[in-house]
Amino acid sequence: MLRFGKKKKAVPDGLFVKCDGCGAMVYRKNVQELLHVCPECNHHFRIGAWDRVELHTDEGSFEEMDADLLPCDPLKFVAKKAYVDDLKRDTEETGLSEAVICGTARIESRPVVFTAMDFRFRGASMGSVVGEKLTRAIELATERHLPLVMVAASGGARMQESALSLMQMAKTCAALQRFSKSGGAYVSVMTDPTTGGVTASWASMGDVIIAEPGALIGFAGPRVLKQTINQELPPDFQTSEFLLEHGFIDMIVERKDIKPTVAQVLSYLT
Amino acid sequence: MAVNANQERFAYDFERPILDIEKHIRELSERAASEHEDLSAKIEKLERKRDRLLEKTFKNLTAYQQVKLARHPLRPHPMDYIGMLVSDFIELHGDRRFGDDDAIVAGLGRLDDRRAMFIALRKGKETKEKIAANFGMPRAEGYRKALHKMKLAEKFGLPLICLIDTAGAACAAAAEERGVAMAIAENILTMAGLAVPIVVLVTGEACSGGALGVGVGDRFAMLENAYYSVITPEGLAAILWKDSDKAPEAAEAMKLTAAHMLEAGIIDTIVREPLGGAHRDPLVTSRNVEQYLTKALGELEQTPIEQLLEERYRRYRNIGVYRTAPPAMEQAG
Repeated sequence: MLRFGKKKKAVPDGLFVKCDGCGAMVYRKNVQELLHVCPECNHHFRIGAWDRVELHTDEGSFEEMDADLLPCDPLKFVAKKAYVDDLKRDTEETGLSEAVICGTARIESRPVVFTAMDFRFRGASMGSVVGEKLTRAIELATERHLPLVMVAASGGARMQESALSLMQMAKTCAALQRFSKSGGAYVSVMTDPTTGGVTASWASMGDVIIAEPGALIGFAGPRVLKQTINQELPPDFQTSEFLLEHGFIDMIVERKDIKPTVAQVLSYLT
Repeated sequence: MAVNANQERFAYDFERPILDIEKHIRELSERAASEHEDLSAKIEKLERKRDRLLEKTFKNLTAYQQVKLARHPLRPHPMDYIGMLVSDFIELHGDRRFGDDDAIVAGLGRLDDRRAMFIALRKGKETKEKIAANFGMPRAEGYRKALHKMKLAEKFGLPLICLIDTAGAACAAAAEERGVAMAIAENILTMAGLAVPIVVLVTGEACSGGALGVGVGDRFAMLENAYYSVITPEGLAAILWKDSDKAPEAAEAMKLTAAHMLEAGIIDTIVREPLGGAHRDPLVTSRNVEQYLTKALGELEQTPIEQLLEERYRRYRNIGVYRTAPPAMEQAG
C-alpha cells in the first residue's frame, strides 16, 4: 500500500472521498488501489514524493541523498506569516524536510537518478534547497553516466526567497546543460500542477517529456491568468492534453504505466 | 541641470520638493540674465539646499520608492543606452518560428569599436509602442528571437550584451499556448553553455523568469536604482495579501535592491546613477554603463572560452542559501 506521505493526507480520511475531477463520491479504498486515480473519471489525485518513489522505482532500490539539506530564511521574510513558521509547519505536517526528494534508484532494474517534488511542502516551490538538491542529483547523474528521471510538480518559484529562488532556475538548467552535453538521458515527468519557474526551467528540458492525464501545466497560474486577461479560457487550457496538442510534450501516460514507459524510453536512450 | 516640463509632469511626490527648488533656481537665473541682477549668492545657496535635499531623499529611499524610480516614466530604457552608446546598430528581427516580438530587440552594433550582439528589453514609450511591445513583457516568440540571435552570436564569435528591463514574461493566453515557459527554459539552458562572453545589465526592472530568460551570463550588473525580484511587488502583494496596495510591504520583504543583490552575490557590480536617478542625467548614466560594459568585455575577451564556461557554471552553481542538518542523535530504544 502507498505510504502517501507521512502525516498530512492529500486525500482526507474517511470511507468516501470526493473526486476533484468529476465530483463523484468514490470509495477511498478503490481510489487507493488505483494508485490514487478516480475509478469514475480517471482523475489523477495529487500524491506525495515518497509515493512517486514507491510507484515509479523498483521496490527497495531508492537510496535517498542530501536529505540533510535544510532551508534557511535568507531574506528574513515576513509577509502575512513568517517564512520560518511556514517551513516549520510544513515540515511537521508532511514529515518532509523540503519540497523534493532525490536519490539513486532502479527502474525495471535500470539504475537511474530519481527526483520527485512534493506539492504539500510550500506548494513544491523551488527555493535554494530544492535547487541545490536537484543540481547535486543532476551532477551525480553526469558523473556516473546515469539516466535522470525527474518528477515535476510545483507552484513555481519560492516567493520567500525571491531572487535567490530565481537563480535556482539558472543553476538547475546549467547543470542540465552539462548533463545533456555529456550525452545523458533525461526523462521529465510532469504532474499536477507544474507551473511557473519550474515549467520555465528544468521540467521542460527533458529529452522526453511525459505528463500524467489532466495535469495543470503552464507558466502563469490559472487564477492570475484569469485576473490579468479577464476572459474565459477553454476548459482544457493548460492541461496535459492541451500541451500535447500544442507540441510541448511527448506523451500522456497514466500513473500506473509511467514506470514501464520510462523504462521503455530509457532502453532506447541509454 | 535643467528641469524640463516633462520632469514636472511625471515627478513622483518624493521628487517634487527638489523640482520646486530647481524651478526657483531657474527663475532666478532667468531674472539674473534678463535684468542684469547679480543673484549668484542666492542661487548658490539654493543649489546647496537642493543638493542637501537630494542626498537626504535619495540616500534613504524605501524599497518601493526605489521600485518606482526603476519604473520612472523618464528613466532611460535599454534602447536609449543603445542609442547613446552603440554605433552602426543594425536590428535583426524574427524568431524564424512564429513571429517577431517587439518586447525584445536584438541587433548587431559596435561599442567602442567592439563588435557585439545586443539583446534589449523594450517597454515602449508612446502608447502605441507600449501596446506593440506588450509593456515590455515578452511572449514566447520574443525569447525564441533572442535565442536565434544568441546562436548567431555564438556562430560568429561575437560577445552578447543583454540589457534588461521587464516586469516579467507575458501573462496571456497566447503566451501559454505558444509555450512561453518552455522558451524561457531553453534560453536559460542555452545561455549557460553559450560559447561567447555574456554581459547582463539590469537597467530598470527585472522580475521573474521573464528577466532570467535573457539574463544568464559571465558578468551581471545592475544600475543603482534597478531592482531584481521573483515577481513584481504588486504581484507578490496580490498573492500573499490578496491586496496589491500592500506592494510597499512586498517590496521590502523581497530585498530587491541592487545593494541587496550585491550582498547576496547575485550581481558583481552596481553601476552608479546620478543622485536622484538615471533620468536626471541620462548622459552621465550612459557613460557609467559604457565604462562597465567595456571593462567587463575587455576582461572576458582575455579569458579562454573553456575557463569562461567553467567560471559561468560556478557562478550560478554557488548561489543558494541552505544549511546542513546536524547528524541525527542516536535514539534510545
